[in-house]
Amino acid sequence: MDAIIETKQLSHVYSAGTPFERAALNCVDFTAYRGEYLGIIGHTGSGKSTLIQHLNGLLKPTSGQVLYEGQDIWSDPKLTRQTRFNVGLVFQYPEYQLFEETVYKDIAFGPGNMGLDQQEIDRRVRQAAAFVGLTEEQLEKSPFELSGGQKRRVAIAGVIAMEPKVLILDEPTAGLDPVGVEAILSNIRDYHEAHNATIILVSHSMEEVARSVDRLVVVNDSVIPFHGTPREVFRHGQELENMGLGVPQMTRVFNRLRALGANIDDSVYTIEQAKNAILKAKGVL
Amino acid sequence: MALKDITLGQYFPGNSPLHRMDPRTKILGITLYIVALFMAKSFVSYGFLFAVLAALIRISRVPVKSIVRGLKPVVFILVFTALLNIFYTPGEHVLLRIWVLTVTLEGVRTAFFMVVRIMMLIAGTFLLTYTTSPILLTDGIENLLSPLKKLRVPVHELAMMMSIALRFIPTLIEETDKIMSAQRARGADFETGNLIQRAKALIPLLVPLFISAFRRADELAVAMECRCYHGGEGRTRLRQLKYRTLDWVTLTLALVMCAVVFILGKFGL
Repeated sequence: MDAIIETKQLSHVYSAGTPFERAALNCVDFTAYRGEYLGIIGHTGSGKSTLIQHLNGLLKPTSGQVLYEGQDIWSDPKLTRQTRFNVGLVFQYPEYQLFEETVYKDIAFGPGNMGLDQQEIDRRVRQAAAFVGLTEEQLEKSPFELSGGQKRRVAIAGVIAMEPKVLILDEPTAGLDPVGVEAILSNIRDYHEAHNATIILVSHSMEEVARSVDRLVVVNDSVIPFHGTPREVFRHGQELENMGLGVPQMTRVFNRLRALGANIDDSVYTIEQAKNAILKAKGVL
Repeated sequence: MALKDITLGQYFPGNSPLHRMDPRTKILGITLYIVALFMAKSFVSYGFLFAVLAALIRISRVPVKSIVRGLKPVVFILVFTALLNIFYTPGEHVLLRIWVLTVTLEGVRTAFFMVVRIMMLIAGTFLLTYTTSPILLTDGIENLLSPLKKLRVPVHELAMMMSIALRFIPTLIEETDKIMSAQRARGADFETGNLIQRAKALIPLLVPLFISAFRRADELAVAMECRCYHGGEGRTRLRQLKYRTLDWVTLTLALVMCAVVFILGKFGL
């Protein structure tokens, strides 16, 4: 697999040269591969938000490089701007960024800034709206008439409409009810599959990332201590616990079972896997 | 653009006598200092007030550098005032004549005093805001203005509005930062273009900002009402303001300072 975004020895220091100086990232080497579904987990203040804001050129590295398809995104101002369109970033609580009179216009804001023609903008807006399950009728409404979950979907559609090759979402399900969470996660999966896009999902919910992603990157204390498939990452149970992250509930149950002496698979993290592992241990499968 | 770096209500935590003083003492003291500044007419009296200011800055342990930095935004006003005074003060001792402009010795003198006065005035008030937390400052103002309640001036409400405004400045700055990043991620451009384009570019920032400010205000009002807030009447305080020996001594010294400047003025100094 080839890398689509890479960071090389990326460091970022906030308020450099003042008494409030604070290092948020320290020589981070990060890679996202083309077409993968990547999860980033980390505690509040671990540096994960700083990291993702570097990936689309919103923050400038204090030192180190950010490469998009092998090119340093800060080597040319045009490239920096282009990267913002190639790498879509959905912030936490994105519904607070809505501002237009109608849902349609708000979704069209991003594509409009890209300088596309009317026809193309229209196509993208309608497609993005369909992706997140907004109806034609809702497109003509004011975004402020919608419910919280619908607003969130409008905001996500606003980024999807730019058809980014990489879509980064910072805690896209925070504060939603279980139905809303499911809807958003399946919208993201649809986009992933339809466009073969790279998805980077930032979360602190182990359950959520465990069942969605191909690969996990852990951010802690301004560095990436380890990454790998969820299976590999959740083997570091104790370390994750020490970072205040913990492992999915299922993994915890299975670790306890093993501690009690059960001869059972040690890398279970979803309910589905748990079911199979138990059936196997019972000799049913 | 790093909005976070802007300091508002630039309080410098510390434990100097100036920090410990009652905010009312400091407000009254600064007022007396300003009165004295306007009575001062000569090098002697300005020198005296400058010495007082220097001593206070020393006692407060506020770095001189940060006070000087605070003067930077007013440089334009200072230059403007100085120029106006230099060119438009009539006088007998003409120093220079350029076209229709005349520079007189009196003009230079007035300009110099004016600039020094403004600088000392600002430095003095900075000393107040540097050593007093915004909350204590509003408490002090509320207390000092409380006689106006007799005239039906809503002093408590005004003070509460001020505290809330001060409290939410950092929150709003953070919010602005966040919304700006979010819109930039959608390709918004806040930095280039002519004046009209830039003003237009602010719409995607200002609309969400206002909406969230109203939402916050609404939530805060509900939270306050839930806790039975109903204004100032019969309300007790967590922080009781109390004059101590230090405050009485300071106020006396402030009065003495005014008297000295007044008497110096009488002697033509």
